[in-house]
Amino acid sequence: MSDTISVTIRVWRQDGPDTPGRFETHPQQITTDASFLEMLDLLNEQLNDRGEEPIVFESDCREGICGTCGVMINGRAHGPQRATATCQLHMREFADGDEIVIEPFRAAGFPIIRDLAIDRSPLDHIIESGGYISVGSGAAPDANLTPVPREAAERAFDAAACIGCGACVAACPNSAAQLFTSAKVGHMALLPQGQPERWSRTEAMVEVMESYFGPCTNHGECHEACPKEISLDFIAYLNRDYVKAKVKNRALSGQR
Amino acid sequence: MEPTPASQPNSMVLDSQVPDGPIADLWENHKFSMNLVNPSNKRKFEVIVVGTGLAGASAAATLGELGYRVKAFTFHDSPRRAHSIAAQGGINAAKNYPNDGDSVHRLFYDTVKGGDYRSREANVHRLAEVSVNIIDQATAQGVPFARDYGGLLDNRSFGGAQVSRTFYARGQTGQQLLLGAYSALMRQVAAGTVELHNRSELLDVVLKDGRACGIVTRDLLSGEVTPHSAHAVVLATGGYGNVYFLSTNAMMCNVTAAWRAHRRGALFANPCYTQIHPTCIPASDDFQSKLTLMSESLRNDGRIWVPSTADESRQAGDIPEAERDYYLERKYPAFGNLVPRDVASRNAKTVVDAGHGVGPLRNGVYLDFAAAIERDGQDAIAARYGNLFDMYQRITGENPYSSPMRIYPASHYTMGGLWVDYHLMTNVPGMYAIGEANFSDHGANRLGASALMQGLADGYFVLPYTIGDDLAGLLGDSVVPTDDPVFTSVVTGIEDETSRWLSTNGSRSVDHFHRELGRMVWDNIGMARNEQGLRQALSDIPALREEFHRDVRVLGSADTLNQSLEKAGRVADFFDLAELMARDALEREESCGGHFREEHQTTEGEAQRDDDNFSHVAAWEWNGPDTPQTRHVEELTFDNVALSQRSYK
Repeated sequence: MSDTISVTIRVWRQDGPDTPGRFETHPQQITTDASFLEMLDLLNEQLNDRGEEPIVFESDCREGICGTCGVMINGRAHGPQRATATCQLHMREFADGDEIVIEPFRAAGFPIIRDLAIDRSPLDHIIESGGYISVGSGAAPDANLTPVPREAAERAFDAAACIGCGACVAACPNSAAQLFTSAKVGHMALLPQGQPERWSRTEAMVEVMESYFGPCTNHGECHEACPKEISLDFIAYLNRDYVKAKVKNRALSGQR
Repeated sequence: MEPTPASQPNSMVLDSQVPDGPIADLWENHKFSMNLVNPSNKRKFEVIVVGTGLAGASAAATLGELGYRVKAFTFHDSPRRAHSIAAQGGINAAKNYPNDGDSVHRLFYDTVKGGDYRSREANVHRLAEVSVNIIDQATAQGVPFARDYGGLLDNRSFGGAQVSRTFYARGQTGQQLLLGAYSALMRQVAAGTVELHNRSELLDVVLKDGRACGIVTRDLLSGEVTPHSAHAVVLATGGYGNVYFLSTNAMMCNVTAAWRAHRRGALFANPCYTQIHPTCIPASDDFQSKLTLMSESLRNDGRIWVPSTADESRQAGDIPEAERDYYLERKYPAFGNLVPRDVASRNAKTVVDAGHGVGPLRNGVYLDFAAAIERDGQDAIAARYGNLFDMYQRITGENPYSSPMRIYPASHYTMGGLWVDYHLMTNVPGMYAIGEANFSDHGANRLGASALMQGLADGYFVLPYTIGDDLAGLLGDSVVPTDDPVFTSVVTGIEDETSRWLSTNGSRSVDHFHRELGRMVWDNIGMARNEQGLRQALSDIPALREEFHRDVRVLGSADTLNQSLEKAGRVADFFDLAELMARDALEREESCGGHFREEHQTTEGEAQRDDDNFSHVAAWEWNGPDTPQTRHVEELTFDNVALSQRSYK
């Protein structure tokens, strides 16, 4: 059943990438049926009515799948609810009288654009460096030519479920992007279709990743923040494949 | 009332360019008859692709692979954000892996019938043909489709289809297919054949001597307005479902690219064909921002009902069996809860309008799993729908294992869009529309799991062939320079529009007007339409639009990320589109698919087509801001599918 609660919003405002930021405080009354982002929509409506510029925050599908949204809520990427992107969080997770501190995802690799909006294009650059299987349109054999063990396909899916939101980077004390990168590497390395480029892909993606993000020291905060609960095992697979890639004789990799 | 004849077409001839011959050979023969561009000449051509969803990403990647120089544009921060990503159910293909009688012809037949005989046969047949290649392509890219224990691909029956032809990847098929197309796109970005422009919104298309020669975009971060030229422009910019404000579309989905192309001469076809999906979570309050779709598969086990008495105040569990109305099972004993989307949606509206709605706002109907749980056990139901039940609980705070879900229809997909010929080219030479942005393949109603199929068919396997036929004739022609007056005048126009929004200084937000507009469109051009409501909309919408332009408040400046400013232009286009939807719905004096005119129904309350007078595409021509559009007609002929009346009794 819905209730109306009063909360205090402390939200980060920053006019541009190179200007200093500040916290603004706004009291807010809201029904607990509202989503967290609808609470911000309402606040923006009120700001606009008062002649103040609305808070810039990004979202699109609001179904937890596109990966556009994502803010720090009381110090946690995507907020208090497990396996839940910011857009799927509802106000019933909060209590009357709560103070809610909202900040952008903070990482050196994610420069702030404005208020809560950040630049996550380094994640695209990681994919661009090798996060694909090279098959031109029309060049594919019949889909059932290569059976894939069901367990392998399921495990590949667990990794492929990544929505690219960047919460893993924001949650990591080192701002590392290992969970994101390992999800794509793992997805493709687990499938037969991904084998021909497996070693070059792993090397290339790790190297681009390291040019933007910090090192992984196995804190595991990334997994805790991940809305899709991507497993830390994929980071272990990534590390294993990266070491192997360094010693693998690629000319022999067609052998069983 | 008597049907009035459709307006007479004027001198414009809508040539669909469908070749002659038996339908099964059309595409194969046509591929041979089209002009080719020699591999070494392809790099001399520049192609702009706007939008990076399934259609746009697959087209840009494929054109890049072929050797064209491609510029891809998305207004998102990354191509992977496009709303194709949210599609849940699956993708159809005539693979016939289950050996259950499917074929290209059957998929073609089902799609034409499902579209209520308002689509172009030749386009649909081609779609069914290339559907099989899509599955091969996606699998090779590493899309993790569901597999059986032998490691081969699994299929399921979807949306009442009598064969199992739907491939799926858990409940995230759209995500996985989009990530496949996105990875193909990023491979071409790395190869240098595709130049990617993120956070760039198309604000106009540019024509020279009647031919598309480029676009003008606004950088959403810096506000810079930039012209881009090319030999061809491909619009893959999605549908217009957000005209209803509340829809299952993503927040940023809009009609602006298609609409601005329309304003430059591209015909807009069948705008009144919109699809309302029956199983969405009802709005919970007045500032609800969007609606969430629950997979249609829930209707396989859930029973839909409302209290027999209006204004019932008891909880669902306190209402005895005898006082419940399982209205779909009562009215459609053969199909029951599995009637098609449009029928299920309209019946929900009927019972809610009659005061039988449930929930705090009385705006839903029950979808009850109690019988299924009793029959199969809670574990079996959790195995089938666990993710969906969790999602429902997260959004509503209610536990659907112990009390019935509440559902209500919501705007979901739009079948109308830019008119295109067999080559997917609009009537403006050099300008193409693919995916949901065009009108082509779904007629008046789209079948489940066919949107992903069409987007990828257009992008991977149709446009890359047809575009070469046109480009071959341009060999040696350079692109129009971006300092040509045709570009500079458009740039100035956009800068003027931007300053107009920022200087209006009204009192209400853009969202306020969008919400009001959406309510009008939903009430009058929603699940059921009638002459009186449509005429009401035609007087209310322009009045609200006038108020919008006079009283909107857009704060801030143009040279920074300004989301209100972005939305203002999109909502302005929704106003114009809404008016055209009403006119299109008013002129189409029949019911078909998603377009239900209350005046045109059978004695049993089903949609009544008028094939004699309306077996045609209505394509509207822009005549300037203050003059109504002209309605043109493309006659549809059905040589391969027999027209029949749908019945689900």
